[in-house]
Amino acid sequence: MTDHVVLRVIGKLLIPFILAYGLYVQAHGDFGPGGGFQAGVIVAAGLILYGLIHGVAATQRVVPPRLVEALAAVGVLIYAGVGVVTLVLGGNFLGYGALDHSPSHGQHTGVFLVELGVGVAVASVMLAIFYAFASRKPIASGGGRR
Amino acid sequence: MLLAFLLIVALAAVVQRNLLAVVLLFAVYSLLSAALFTSLKAVDVAMTEAAVGVGVSTVLMLATLSLTTHRANRLPRRSVLPLIVVLATGAALVYGTLDMPAFGDPGAPIHGHVAGDYLRRSIAETGIPNVVTSVLASYRGFDTLGETCVVFTAGLGVLLLLGTRRGSRGEATQP
Repeated sequence: MTDHVVLRVIGKLLIPFILAYGLYVQAHGDFGPGGGFQAGVIVAAGLILYGLIHGVAATQRVVPPRLVEALAAVGVLIYAGVGVVTLVLGGNFLGYGALDHSPSHGQHTGVFLVELGVGVAVASVMLAIFYAFASRKPIASGGGRR
Repeated sequence: MLLAFLLIVALAAVVQRNLLAVVLLFAVYSLLSAALFTSLKAVDVAMTEAAVGVGVSTVLMLATLSLTTHRANRLPRRSVLPLIVVLATGAALVYGTLDMPAFGDPGAPIHGHVAGDYLRRSIAETGIPNVVTSVLASYRGFDTLGETCVVFTAGLGVLLLLGTRRGSRGEATQP
């Protein structure tokens, strides 16, 4: 689809804003609508749009499949890691109050880190599923066509 | 109004035989649902629905179609029994809704449990103005950890089933 000039130009215009919006939703989830899950799918949707316009191979040069698979696990580990850290600091598992000098600040830090973990995990899982689907060869059966 | 549109799109998706059109109709359905969620002031859900339902899942469905075929197979014959089962189940569900409290009723059981506590204590205890975030990430942190694990497991399952391995750049190994 790389010869469609309109799609390429519009994609170039849109994708940076989609990614920036994803980061905004990620960081601003405490105060406005959104959070890790929403940010993750928005970032993934932006990258998938890039993949639709420029092809999966180009997307995999930007975000290699190996990195995506690793980041999916890293996201879950960030989340669970916050729980372990609060345990080590003397609180309950995922009791964010132990993270900082005052419970309220601790809550902020904890929620931010946890949402970051969710965002990373969701974005990479979505992208991994997209890669898995898009890089398959057709296995049409029963007179199907591309 | 939105509900009427939803019904029309759903019926069109059922009648339509061209799978490409069905996938696009489902995208429209998701977009309408997102608008519905927004009008119900559930903006977080609307964002998820718009990004996942309209964007990601539509792309995945289209990818599946490009791997298989665009046409649905003709059903061999139409039988009456499934229709009866569906109608009976639907009637039972509608009968069940008759006892439900009115929409937005503050005395509904769901508002009497912990919801009020969360709403009152969220700002003082967590300092997070968006109660949805404070409930998801803080009060219900264990649940969200479980959800994240579910998402991770789902991705793992897809990767294992489709068997894409890196190394052959952009080309899957045939199972």
